[in-house]
Amino acid sequence: MTELFDCRGAFAEALLELLTADRGVVVVTNDSVGSSNLAGIRARFPERVINLGIAEQNMIGVGAGLANGGKIPFLCGASCFLTGRALEQIKVDLAYSRSNVKLCGMSAGLAYGPLGATHHSIEDLAWMRVLPGLVVIVPADPAETAQAVRAAAALEGPVYLRLSRMPVPPVHPPDYVFRVGKAARLREGSDLTLIACGTMVSRALAAAELLRAEGLSARVLNMATIQPLDCEAVECAARETGAIVTVEEHSVRGGLGGGVAEIVVSSRPVPMRLLGVPGTFAPTGSAQFLFEHFGLTADGIARAALDLLRTKVTDAGTLHPCR
Amino acid sequence: MNMQQLARVPPRISVEELRRRACGIRRRSLQMIHRAGFGHPGSDLSCADILAVLYFAVLRLDPADPRHPGRDRFILSKGHSSASYYATLAAAGFFPEQELDSYLQPLSAFNGHPDRNKVPGVEASTGALGHGLPIGVGAALAAKMDGAPWRVFVLTGDGELQEGSNWEAAMAAAHHRLDNLVLIVDRNRLQQGDATERTVRLEPLGEKFRAFGWGVAEVDGHDHGALLSLFERRPLLAGQPSCVIAHTLKGKGVSFMEGRVEWHHGHLSSEQLAQALFELGEAGLD
Repeated sequence: MTELFDCRGAFAEALLELLTADRGVVVVTNDSVGSSNLAGIRARFPERVINLGIAEQNMIGVGAGLANGGKIPFLCGASCFLTGRALEQIKVDLAYSRSNVKLCGMSAGLAYGPLGATHHSIEDLAWMRVLPGLVVIVPADPAETAQAVRAAAALEGPVYLRLSRMPVPPVHPPDYVFRVGKAARLREGSDLTLIACGTMVSRALAAAELLRAEGLSARVLNMATIQPLDCEAVECAARETGAIVTVEEHSVRGGLGGGVAEIVVSSRPVPMRLLGVPGTFAPTGSAQFLFEHFGLTADGIARAALDLLRTKVTDAGTLHPCR
Repeated sequence: MNMQQLARVPPRISVEELRRRACGIRRRSLQMIHRAGFGHPGSDLSCADILAVLYFAVLRLDPADPRHPGRDRFILSKGHSSASYYATLAAAGFFPEQELDSYLQPLSAFNGHPDRNKVPGVEASTGALGHGLPIGVGAALAAKMDGAPWRVFVLTGDGELQEGSNWEAAMAAAHHRLDNLVLIVDRNRLQQGDATERTVRLEPLGEKFRAFGWGVAEVDGHDHGALLSLFERRPLLAGQPSCVIAHTLKGKGVSFMEGRVEWHHGHLSSEQLAQALFELGEAGLD
């Protein structure tokens, strides 16, 4: 049994390293001390953790002001409130202003499943991805989370880090190097490509294994950067494998799938399936339950892929048009 | 770069000279609005005296180094007063005065609402209301964390205080005892559609800020000497942020605009401009 990790551990460790190394780094939160895993950081650097209370619009502006004063603020809060409540502040004070502020959206996706749709964050990628200049990163495992935190600090400008609390297995080799804007090809394949991010990457890898048993070769990309999206990797997948399935813990509208589809239709149209929450509010249930409910499992992904390949045969007349 | 080092301290300036500068800002703003065919003249005229006092007597800035880390921060939260703001920045030496002619023209840096990445000296991109004070709180916090002596001034409209984000920021500023922060409210009592008190009542405004923990003073927002002495004796309450409620007249200096809600935004005909400049010319001479 593979060990599973809550990536907030790696997040807090990396943030602590940054605080130790750079006096300019500060942490700001909307009372989300426990859920953002900040207690240890606050104990170590009490004067550099600012709890602004439950006031997200003010928090984003304060972040822009801190950056104006030379700080590198990491703004931590549940992604559903951080992004939705303060969307116009994120647009104007961070993206349009090009402020050097790092948004850390915690417990994204369906992690708060039983708490209901108010607490689900399945719109945030669409909201953040449409803002010019805002880099959007969704790490898939602890190693990538730590590297993404460091990359966000090193990058001059606004960044949205979308972090989960769902335990995930490591999906990258030990020598993996995360690069902003570059997809990681985790598995070679030629019949179709599975493009996933965050918690869905390990599930896409497991789906590829199921497809192999069916005699199909699935490429798997971890698309950790949602903006800027790796156009080259998407075009290459379309050209070389002829079919694409996207998988995300998000609405199928406007997120990873939407971004990939925008590239595919304007460069090399190929059949696609977009997996996620199908344009509805999600019902109550644990995240695991909801993943199964919406087919966001290895089995569900594999079934969608097989269904897509039947379309591909019908449309293109051959199962392997690129060979 | 030494964070402690202050940018240029403004030279001493007479009240008469401040009045002359404010008149120049008013005249230039109206010329810009006439040329562009649109603007917010009532709001520009309302805050021209506040801008003149800040930029020519108070703020420590270096136009040759607009992002000097030790500069005072001024944030125009009422971003629609862009014509008077740009005219002030030009007069303060941040860019050549003739560039103002491109106000609102296609591809101009001079948007109807200021963009910090396009216009030197603009501290924050504003236009959406209720953004300036939170940004000011963040900047004041940064100065406090560094023990830096630079100060933060935020100018909001009064109608703008209907945005809840201001009150989130007001709580945070008092909680963090930001005595390096000054909020100036351009209290002209008019918003776009009607009087503030007929729209959503703000009064008792001073009491509200006092209840939030701020030091509060009320002043004639067109009295340069009174504004200057207030800004010099901040903080108004030891260890707390300061709120200066500047009582102003929307459209101040132009008879047909003064106190008229319809001049919140609009166009100035050639005849109206000539009349306005004539009246302002007289005001500038007295």
